[in-house]
Amino acid sequence: MNHSIRILLKSPKFMIGTIVLVLMIAFVLIYPFINTKDPLEMMALAFQPPDSNLLLGSDNFGRDLFLELVYGIRTSMMVGLIAGVCATIIGLIFGLASGYMGGFVDNFLTAITNIFIVIPSFIILILISVSIDSRSSLVTALIIGITSWPWTARAVRAQTTSLRNRDHVNIAKISGHSTSRIILSEILPYIASYVVMAFVLQTASGILSEASISMLGLGPYNTISLGILMNWALVFEAPVAGAWWAFIPAAFSIAVITFSLYLMNTGMDEIFNPKIRS
Amino acid sequence: MSSNRESFMHGKQLTKVFGFGQQKVTAVQAVDFDFHRGEIISIVGESGSGKTTLAKMIMGLLKESSGTIEYKGKTRQLKRHAERKAYWKDIQAIFQDPFASFNMFHKVEKLLLDCIKLQGLQLTKDERFAKMKEACSFVNLKFEELYNKYPFELSGGQMQRLMIARIFMLHPKVLIADEPTSMVDACSRSTILDMLLKLRDENNMTIIFITHDVGLAYYISDTIYIMEKGKIVERGTAEEVILSPQHPYTKQLIADVPKIHEAWNLG
Ligand SMILES: Nc1ncnc2c1ncn2[C@@H]1O[C@H](COP(=O)(O)OP(=O)(O)OP(=O)(O)O)[C@@H](O)[C@H]1O
Ligand SMILES: [Mg+2]
Repeated sequence: MNHSIRILLKSPKFMIGTIVLVLMIAFVLIYPFINTKDPLEMMALAFQPPDSNLLLGSDNFGRDLFLELVYGIRTSMMVGLIAGVCATIIGLIFGLASGYMGGFVDNFLTAITNIFIVIPSFIILILISVSIDSRSSLVTALIIGITSWPWTARAVRAQTTSLRNRDHVNIAKISGHSTSRIILSEILPYIASYVVMAFVLQTASGILSEASISMLGLGPYNTISLGILMNWALVFEAPVAGAWWAFIPAAFSIAVITFSLYLMNTGMDEIFNPKIRS
Repeated sequence: MSSNRESFMHGKQLTKVFGFGQQKVTAVQAVDFDFHRGEIISIVGESGSGKTTLAKMIMGLLKESSGTIEYKGKTRQLKRHAERKAYWKDIQAIFQDPFASFNMFHKVEKLLLDCIKLQGLQLTKDERFAKMKEACSFVNLKFEELYNKYPFELSGGQMQRLMIARIFMLHPKVLIADEPTSMVDACSRSTILDMLLKLRDENNMTIIFITHDVGLAYYISDTIYIMEKGKIVERGTAEEVILSPQHPYTKQLIADVPKIHEAWNLG
């Protein structure tokens, strides 16, 4: 494992993605300690362009958009992370059970997975969001998580199916180890790098999903996220007012975060894939 | 030999079918066998004849499509984990590919430590090391040279010998060796064969030796089963089968081996 991490540090794609993300996370975590103002406090007139005082100008309520952006990035990253963790755990459990046990369990779980894959998850996402009235950002994250696990499940199942007939698994079986122990020590380490990659992608798509449903006005309440900033800009007609600073920075942040995550994923893919194949 | 020709494992009409419909493959078809204690049995057949599939059914790693295996006078039951665990106390295996038999994330001594745990022995660290050293010296390996290493740091021959060290520690009643020498060099091959013979002599172990090499089978075994396309086409003592083959497939297998009658030079 240490060995893999050392090679990763030499991959420029992985490193660029990681450094950008780490700097961004550090900044949004530290900045609220420097500027302790409430992001919802009105500071100026509506749609003031950026100047030396308000770095990204003000929104339709005259609030400091830079401060809002910092809080928005925090929320969006949290939502993406929780959605990613949730999707990865569900996908991992379904994929491992289905791939390792085979037979009836496999057929049953594969059927469920396929149903979720056939119905576009975005539609399920909208339907669930509409039916839940008071959505906190945690609830939104969980809804995104439970609609996006099928791809992870399918990939994990495929890998597990090919691993379970390997001879080291057979040796573990005839050594009398329990099924849970075999899955944990004979299967999981072999798919770990793959699962981390899937997790990174799930996080990126979680951030995009949050932005999409928030723009439709179905995102979390009582919080600021990148999608909500875009939604406000849309609802209060910032583009008409020519206030590009109300939506371009938020869109750009989404692009930078997801692009960094994709870079990390590609970097890992280039390193781990030949190892998985061999 | 006659004193321990007690038959204790029978296969009756064992069949394994993979897939269904158009892709149906009958890998093993109505195989009968009788194994005796302390005997070395070779199952010989060309690639794809179903040897590994038969071995995995005997191991209880693949469920038979039909047929039964009788073990120690009773029909073998493997539904519950405890039943399987008890069965695997008696029956162990070495597989074809030593590289695939090791978990690449574990240090190699874990294989031997697991054997000690499996037997439920409560040992101090020194006692565990002594046991592992003993097992390694049985297969001519130095424990100190392997300790704290990962599988990729070992050669194929070293790995396969470690697998035999594992068998030495577990001393099962039956060992199924599925082409254990097909992936190692000629020198390791003869030492591995000698070790298997030694295991049989010291523990009265029954060894089921799977190979595609008739010459090797003749050298090592008491009884030979010839397998063609999933069926046993001929069985008998090594002399009967090799020196006066009856079935055309056996004759062809023997004809394909040059100079079968010369003694095997196993230095
Ligand atoms: N899991 C499986 N699913 C489908 N078909 C299988 C499976 N395992 C084996 N077979 C088929 O069963 C037949 C016998 O295979 P098996 O591995 O038992 O042959 P073998 O005698 O051990 O060959 P080799 O000497 O190459 O190891 C082959 O035709 C193979 O394609
Ligand atoms: Mg085989």
